[in-house]
Amino acid sequence: MAGVAVSTTINGDAVEYLCQPDETLLDVLRDRLGLTGAKEGCGTGDCGACSVIVDGRLVCSCLVLGAEAEGRKVETIEGMAHGDQLHPLQQKFLEHAALQCGICTPGFLIAAKDLLEKNPSPTEEEIRFGLAGNLCRCTGYDKIVRAVQDAANVMKGA
Amino acid sequence: MNFDPRYSGRNFSSVGTRPIRPDGIDKVTGRARYGADFNMAGQLVGRILRSPHAHAVIKSIDTSKAEKLAGVKAVITAKDLPDLTDGDAAMYDILDNSMARKKALYDGHAVAAVAAIDARTARQALKLIEVEYEVLPHVTDVDEAAQHHAPLINDQVFTEGLEEKPAKPSNVTKRTQFGHGDVHKGFAQADFVIERSFKTEQTHQGYIEPHACVASVNPDGTADLWVCTQGHFVYRQHCAQLLGLEASKLRVTSSEIGGGFGGKTHVWAEPVALALSRKAGRPVKLVMTRDEVFRASGPTSATSIDVKIGANKDGTITAAEATLRYSCGPYPGSWAEIGAMTAFACYKLENVKTVGYEVLVNRPKTAAYRAPSAPMAAFAVESVVDELAKELGMDAVEFRIKNAAQEGTRSSYGPVYGPIGIGPTLEAVKSHPHMKAPLKANQGRGMACGFWFNFGGQTCTDLNIGMDGTVSLAVGTVDVGGSRASLSLVAAEELGIDYSQVKAIVADTSSLGYNDMTDGSRGTFSSSMATISAAGNAIKILRERAAQTWDIPVEDVVWEKGHAIAKGEKYGNLAPLSLKDIAAASGKTGGPIAGHSELVADGAGVSFATHICDVEVDPETGSTRVIRYTVVQDAGKAVHPTYVEGQYQGGAAQGIGWALNEEYIYGKDGRLQNPGFLDYRIPVCSDLPMIDTQILEIPNPNHPYGVRGVGETSIVPPLAAIANAVSNAVGVRMTHIPMSPPRILAALDAEREG
Amino acid sequence: MVEVTLWGSLSAVAGGKAKHDIEAKDIRELFRKLAEQYPGIEPWIDRGIAVAIDGTIYRDTWSKELPPGAEIFLLPRLAGG
Repeated sequence: MAGVAVSTTINGDAVEYLCQPDETLLDVLRDRLGLTGAKEGCGTGDCGACSVIVDGRLVCSCLVLGAEAEGRKVETIEGMAHGDQLHPLQQKFLEHAALQCGICTPGFLIAAKDLLEKNPSPTEEEIRFGLAGNLCRCTGYDKIVRAVQDAANVMKGA
Repeated sequence: MNFDPRYSGRNFSSVGTRPIRPDGIDKVTGRARYGADFNMAGQLVGRILRSPHAHAVIKSIDTSKAEKLAGVKAVITAKDLPDLTDGDAAMYDILDNSMARKKALYDGHAVAAVAAIDARTARQALKLIEVEYEVLPHVTDVDEAAQHHAPLINDQVFTEGLEEKPAKPSNVTKRTQFGHGDVHKGFAQADFVIERSFKTEQTHQGYIEPHACVASVNPDGTADLWVCTQGHFVYRQHCAQLLGLEASKLRVTSSEIGGGFGGKTHVWAEPVALALSRKAGRPVKLVMTRDEVFRASGPTSATSIDVKIGANKDGTITAAEATLRYSCGPYPGSWAEIGAMTAFACYKLENVKTVGYEVLVNRPKTAAYRAPSAPMAAFAVESVVDELAKELGMDAVEFRIKNAAQEGTRSSYGPVYGPIGIGPTLEAVKSHPHMKAPLKANQGRGMACGFWFNFGGQTCTDLNIGMDGTVSLAVGTVDVGGSRASLSLVAAEELGIDYSQVKAIVADTSSLGYNDMTDGSRGTFSSSMATISAAGNAIKILRERAAQTWDIPVEDVVWEKGHAIAKGEKYGNLAPLSLKDIAAASGKTGGPIAGHSELVADGAGVSFATHICDVEVDPETGSTRVIRYTVVQDAGKAVHPTYVEGQYQGGAAQGIGWALNEEYIYGKDGRLQNPGFLDYRIPVCSDLPMIDTQILEIPNPNHPYGVRGVGETSIVPPLAAIANAVSNAVGVRMTHIPMSPPRILAALDAEREG
Repeated sequence: MVEVTLWGSLSAVAGGKAKHDIEAKDIRELFRKLAEQYPGIEPWIDRGIAVAIDGTIYRDTWSKELPPGAEIFLLPRLAGG
């Protein structure tokens, strides 16, 4: 099968790659570009571990084709910190121990970032429904919700 | 072992604090490398062909077409994994589970595998493999499988543990029995007796990271395996034995692990990946799909349990009896045995008897799942205990307090207890504000207790002091939930230095002596003991170096708060030497300073928890929501309390999913109908409330800090606590887990019809 | 001399008796003497037997001494999650 040439922007950098027409954005990120922060937990859009933001929209990268990234702006976990400065969500996840095994963490951080950008002062219920597309099997979500609440407070003050 | 593990009742400066975990930064930036995040030059993609049949003889496998496909580098079947198990039945079963040898025993059983240049080619190659099956009758239900007319899964299995060897083979592999006293006499003394039967469905550990590995076998017999596992030393032994490799030549590196919960304690695809690599002569990466994870790895037992408990009018239990049937998948296990041991462990009983039956079914091989077998037994027992309390007109907590086991009680599984926490957790629950909070219509409150043994085991740790005075700690127990943080705290505590000066890693199998896997809640219990011991050995050297520097006898040097101090009037003018001072001079005082420890961390402390749960049941739909949840559990000593809370919350959440949603659903054709997260629904964020925790600390006498192990007990009470809450909300006793909306509606309908 | 109690299934291969008086100084000697007396126990020992001494469970420390008068209870060696 002939490859598709794609020009896109990932975490602010211009990126070009060739991919197969049936190849997912997740596979492109992980296998072609070495960006393994997005994880494949299911491959069917049910777990959210592969969450990325494409043109301001939160998506499961396992449900997006690599070819669809053409001309778009893709944000992944690898671009969340600014230099050595962690994003407040990253810092609060650490402080609240909002991760145990950590496999779901990149997806949660991306989804929470998207949530807080759209709703800077979410209620607990809004956080819970906003993150309902991301599965975590370790924490019972308690510490994740608290970390997002705390980060929202910090970001509002900033 | 010259190490004294006894509890010493000391004060702490680092232990008990809540610093940020050392591996955290990599995990929030996406840099942490899990099983599928590692690559080798020239690596191939491995894929496994799986049986679509629940039970079938494999008559022939033709791989010739697949082998001819361009880009395919190796195709293997069971022939490429010859039986080297030398009569070791448990290993033979692991081998057969990795790749079916004569029969496919469940939907999803591996029958062949390929390695190809990319995933697409590998998938195409699987379609070209022709397998001729002779489909056999199958059985997936635990009760049906135990019937004498059920399809036989293994005609070489005769029930063990019977007084006379049975004449005919059976799917019941073993009968086990525990208890003491005379239950007949006890029931005769009872004023009230409740007897009920329960069922629980099979669940999966549901780790978000699928099994993944990269295997590389060289022609000279050396090999590397990168893998997500709870025990890389155990994986090394399994793989070396199954592949005929020398253990020391197989280097296994444990990746970051994306959840295990017992499901990553023995090998599945790893021997297949190694065999593919050996045949192809190239590294092979093998990652399971989610569908494969559900169909072929993991699950816990499905169960069928009968419980009978009698009590007299004053609320004393006079007798307790349970019969437990647990599914094992198609290979013998000891799952009912564990259920039979744990079922009544919370109580002080004069007369108790439990009988377990292990049952073969055409489902995936049962694997451990967090306090394996205990949650189902607790569900059945705690449901009857609650019902009996009602019958007696006693408060559910008071009834349990009256009958709770205590120090000196003979446990239902045999030994007499030392100091234990069941009573204190019940007292804490009794006075918890949660118990007094008001409830609305259709809401109910339930509570239940749970028990787990906790394990220790073989453990080896290295502690190396750098010339700058920082410390690297290499442990061999895989970190599944923050143990690198807790073990760094332990090293800091012992050496008297700051937590930030310690960096803990999980060493690979070539860098450290053998370690048992991280199971049985042993990670922090065992490796903290080894770390304390290793630090003690390092301190001995630090004192020697200080003595040498000062030219005084080592006996006059003590170690206090991170410093060597010369003890005695005559040394008044000697300023203490810090760890940093001694480390900086180490090149001139005898070379590197390190502490090593190898030990068997035995004497793990048993652990108890009591949970409180409020639910709201919608009588129209049968849908149930947990609206408040509280966990009270004895930790012995919480080394890093935040991660202890995390274990409590995580176990409760898994228990809630098990209680209300999660189940393996098999069709009449013996195929799993819901092998994905859409249809096998684990709790999501919007399903759950905050999960409150209360840590009790009743020291384990067999650990210097009193640590018991905290990982598993928290999944034991939820099934029962929620069932009791549902019963209190809508007045029906739920006897089948999960309590999904259709089951609750059916129970409500049956109640209305009377 | 210590008194050793076997769990239900194990006593079936030890002459049907749950309690046994055995002269043994540590777990290793206990296992050796049990196997001498009841060869049927050997496969169970190979598969794993844990020993509770006064309520504390030892799974691997075969050198553990058996104090006179201690309560010794044999249990299956279990799997964890």
